[in-house]
Parts: sequence; structure tokens; C-alpha cells
Amino acid sequence: MKFAVIVFPGSNCDMDLFHAIETGLGEEVDYVFHTETNLENYDAILLPGGFSYGDYLRSGAIASFSNVMESVKQFAESGKPVLGICNGFQVLLEAGLLPGAMKRNEALKFICRPVELTVENNKSIFTTNYGLHEKINVPIAHAEGNYECDEETLKDLEQNNQIVFRYVNNPNGSVSDIAGIVNERGNVLGMMPHPERAVDELLGSADGLKLFQSMLANWREHHAITS
Amino acid sequence: MVIKVKVYVTLKAGVLDPQGKAIEQALEAMDVNNVEGMRVGKYMEFHLEPEKGQSVDEQVTHMCEQLLSNPVIEDYRYETEEVITP
Repeated sequence: MKFAVIVFPGSNCDMDLFHAIETGLGEEVDYVFHTETNLENYDAILLPGGFSYGDYLRSGAIASFSNVMESVKQFAESGKPVLGICNGFQVLLEAGLLPGAMKRNEALKFICRPVELTVENNKSIFTTNYGLHEKINVPIAHAEGNYECDEETLKDLEQNNQIVFRYVNNPNGSVSDIAGIVNERGNVLGMMPHPERAVDELLGSADGLKLFQSMLANWREHHAITS
Repeated sequence: MVIKVKVYVTLKAGVLDPQGKAIEQALEAMDVNNVEGMRVGKYMEFHLEPEKGQSVDEQVTHMCEQLLSNPVIEDYRYETEEVITP
């Protein structure tokens, strides 16, 4: 399985993500610059955390108009997996690939610490290796992770089982304790916590590794059937 | 013709504004106790040379809805005036 880590000006979790795939998961991975328009050679796209374009205007707003995003949208439309972490999640929201928006954290602080999450949906291609309602330990590092959407969108998210991760103790004021959501089709995941920083017990937790392993397991299953 | 455009972006009425709340508290700390409903927004201004065949309103609305504001949580309004060059 071949992964692409998209690099925007100001991305700063791209190397962690690369490491998680190459060393943690043991699969192929490339850095792909934001000017690239061809993503045909990849099986999954990863949008890393950081401060793309300095968070100017709104987090993720400028990046959502970069050249590569048109290809990311087509990639998502083709049903292949797209994962946005932290700033990557914000980019997916701004690009309209996921519903809702981010506000400043309720307490206005940048929060950087491990948090406990509940796996709310273990049927998604990103979470099949977790147990349902499994508690996992993954760090967060953000100032704008206060997820906001209108009531109708929230109802849809709940009815379609699109809420994948919830915070056990809501750190940032997010609606309905939301930490991560998928699109209706289930192939685009956005999450504020950083699974790529939790791929080895040396880092304090290896709970994030199962997310990447789920992606790989589902890709293998799909390709065993079709090839 | 060049148009000067001033865009004001504000949080939607129902959306809580943690920054506004913090500013209110700071005002209270400086003994200003008669303020409520503080909201923080953004102000942008630019010069626009309108494209032919499209109204200024259409062009500015497009920019506001696609990039300058996030319609999920923000409202916008704008003013336009013709720039008189001497």
C-alpha cells in the first residue's frame, strides 16, 4: 500500500506521519508537495497537522485552495481513503470534504497533551482494528479544535454513524464531544488528535498505530477481492 | 473603474465567541462594567477592477462565500465605493 503525505507551507507533522507509515506500519510513503496535481500512484492520502499558510484568514482556508486539493477531492470522490489530522482536518472542513467548522478552543488555550478517546464507530475503514467503545490514548495539540456544526448536521452525523471518535473529557468545547468524523461515504476521516504521535510505547502510547493498520487491512481485503 | 471594497466578517448570531467573552472579562478587570455582547470579527479591504459581464455584487459575493468567510459559522457584509483617481 502506498501512502502520500501532502506537504503545505507550514505543515509540521508531515515527518511524524511519514515515520508512522514507514517505520510503524512498514508501508511505502512519499512526501507530496502542495503544487502536485497527480495522485494516481497512491492508495491513500494523508493531510498532516501544522499551520499551513500560517493559519492566515482561518486555519486550513488558504491550503484548501492549493493546487493539490483539486486532486485530493477527486481522489476522495473515487472512494479512496483520505485522512486529515489536526490542521489536515481543518483543511478538509474548509475544502467542504467534511461538514462543519472549527472555532478557537473554549478556554482560548493551545492544548498539547494526551487525551482519552472513545472509538464510537469501528466499522469505518480507519477503525476496524479497534473494539467498539474502546478507550484509546492519543495526544492533541491545537488551539482551534472546537468543532461546530448546526443541529441538522449533528443529527445527520449521528444517524449515519459518522462520529468516529469522541473525547472522554471534552478539552476544547467541541459539539457533542466530537474528536473525529467521517464523510457519509466513510472514506474521508478528519480528526484533531494525532494518531501518528502514538505509534510506539516509547512515545507513551501505541494506540494510534491501529488506525493505520485498519487502513492497511481494509486496503488488502479490497485488493484481494478485486485482483 | 476601480472599486474599493470593505468586507466585515462576523460570527453568526448563535455561535458562541470565546474571544469576545475573554475581552469582556478583561474590560471588567479594568472596571468597565457596562459592556455586554462583545463579538470579535474581521475587517478586510481591497481594490477591485470589476470583470466585464459580472456585477460587482456577484464578484464580491463569490469571494466572500468561497474564501473570505466560512458560511458554517460566519456572516459577512460589505461596502463598495468607486475610487476617484486624480
